[in-house]
Amino acid sequence: MSIWEYANPVKFMRTSGAVLPWLVGATAICLPAGLIWGWSVPEDYKQGATVKIMFLHVPSAMMAINIWVMMLVASLIWLIRRHHVSALAARAAAPIGAVMTVVALVTGAVWGQPTWGTWWEWDPRLTSFLILLLFYLGYMALWSAIENPDSAADLTGVMCLVGSVFAFLSRYAAHFWNQGLHQGSTISVAPGDRISSVYSYPLYTCMLGFFLLFVTLLLIRTRTEIRRRRTAALLAREMRA
Amino acid sequence: MAVLVRVHDLAVSRGGRRAIEGVGFTLSAGEALILRGPNGIGKTTLLRTVAGLQPPTQGRIEADPDAIAYAAHADGLKGALSVAENLRFWRAVFGGPPVEPALAAMNLIALAERPAAMLSAGQKRRLGLARLLVTGRPVWVLDEPTVSLDAGSVALFAGAVRAHLAAQGAALIATHIDLGLPEARVLDLGAHKAAATAPARAPASFDEVFG
Amino acid sequence: MLALLIRDLRLATRAGGGFGLGLAFFLIVCTLVPFGVGPEGGTLALIAPGILWVGALLACLLSLDRIFALDWEDGSLDLLATAPLPMEGAVLVKAAAHWITTGLPLVVAAPVFGILLHLPSGAQGWLVAALLLGTPALSILGAFGAALTVGLRRGGLLMSLLVLPLYVPTLIFGAEAVRRGAAGGDGTTPLVLLAGITLATLAAIPFAAAGALRVNLR
Repeated sequence: MSIWEYANPVKFMRTSGAVLPWLVGATAICLPAGLIWGWSVPEDYKQGATVKIMFLHVPSAMMAINIWVMMLVASLIWLIRRHHVSALAARAAAPIGAVMTVVALVTGAVWGQPTWGTWWEWDPRLTSFLILLLFYLGYMALWSAIENPDSAADLTGVMCLVGSVFAFLSRYAAHFWNQGLHQGSTISVAPGDRISSVYSYPLYTCMLGFFLLFVTLLLIRTRTEIRRRRTAALLAREMRA
Repeated sequence: MAVLVRVHDLAVSRGGRRAIEGVGFTLSAGEALILRGPNGIGKTTLLRTVAGLQPPTQGRIEADPDAIAYAAHADGLKGALSVAENLRFWRAVFGGPPVEPALAAMNLIALAERPAAMLSAGQKRRLGLARLLVTGRPVWVLDEPTVSLDAGSVALFAGAVRAHLAAQGAALIATHIDLGLPEARVLDLGAHKAAATAPARAPASFDEVFG
Repeated sequence: MLALLIRDLRLATRAGGGFGLGLAFFLIVCTLVPFGVGPEGGTLALIAPGILWVGALLACLLSLDRIFALDWEDGSLDLLATAPLPMEGAVLVKAAAHWITTGLPLVVAAPVFGILLHLPSGAQGWLVAALLLGTPALSILGAFGAALTVGLRRGGLLMSLLVLPLYVPTLIFGAEAVRRGAAGGDGTTPLVLLAGITLATLAAIPFAAAGALRVNLR
């Protein structure tokens, strides 16, 4: 059995319906656990209690980028293999990604105020996220503006491809433009980790929790989209009969 | 007679919905085929599919895409350009025959330097036909070509189509009014209206996948 | 292809074609900014590279919907799609016509606007070079946005939302080159990067725009 069979809406609905309760359960355990664990870590000697914003900021920022990558992959699958569920999944993911971006920006501002002494700084990473948010908004606006779902899926797919390239370009352009305040990558597998395990384990838990939250929301929203398409199709058929 | 267009078991969709299915016909040089059917059945969609502007939902169209000249309600004419400038542009794009014979054939020589915006509806239609001539393509695919025309202009249109057919051209015309071409074959699309439960042999659109 | 270019240029320069509107808009932006920030030459000189680039961006954006919308309405786009000319070529030519009617006048007039905004004379050359290398990318990216939204009623606002984020890299490198020039430095590095982006978009975007047009035509 190939993975492409899940592109069949009936099969997708059946499988996702079976998986969904487990996902909801796992999210309900993992996300609060990670956040509470993160809340209870000792304060950082330099940043104090504000360091705890990290447990919201880092996972949401990570998901903001990962969701766009997922949309890019889903758009490619739609454009190349014409699997309708894939296009709907990309559509369903966009608002989640936009919210993750906003969370990352807002928590970043709240964290930046005590740390850098400013709510907003045109730091390359912040700027990149703002631009990413613009791409999310444009993508969602284009989906909702086009009536024919097939054309909408095609056009947003092309827009996602071009947007990905330019989001990437903008990121490097922003680095060129302003060197920035952000610390380098905080978690790395290289020797000499810069983050203590006191922080890293709850952070990993939060990341997993955010990831599970995304997958759960994505499945729910894709199922809603499929049902919406199905009602529209049935309505059209009824009007014609 | 050379067959210019051959259509097999064609189905087309409009707005994601299967509109017509099971359409098949051949069009040979010197022939005109008139597509009839009630409003909204998908005549325009069928013509656009034959012209290669959209892919068929199902079935096959055998035709050289460089043989077809498509003309819809809008003629692709720019009001700010003169009649001759409009024609010269489309001639350059399509690489067809020179402009002057087309102007003469459509009785437009006196109007050649007039801006297209100043033409009457009938004159515009004649310019549209002249545009078809300068494409130099044998198969005319025409969507409601005589709409908003008076009787004299309709007769002029019929004469132009006859001349085109006599020159081994062909025409595929969708209309619901009389064209004054009694010799043309007629295909009634009413019999090809897609069934409400469209067979999803190869689902082409969201509505067919999720219907 | 040449015929299409000549037709588009002719249409733009005839009555109602909107030729020069972008330039007038650019002039208004450069007139209004001093009212907003105050007439001190030092302040103006500081922000001039940014204002000039943002003004060029907006002036370019203003006329984007004309690239395909008019040809869509009168059916020319259908006919172009069935013509022997490849759609990618048509996109490139129409973007070129847009650049000649909006981008090129801006490039030529930019030094005058630079004087209005107290741009240091050493930066004038950089400004012209940066606009010359950057504005073609604005036109071709705009053609992509216009192709995405061509069939939509009220597509203009949506198009701005889609196109402006694509302008970010061009704006950054273009303004940076002028800024370095204004500071008496060497703007070659951003200028080279700017040219790279323009070349890459010219090579790749026509395919995306032609794909979007084909989707919108069916």
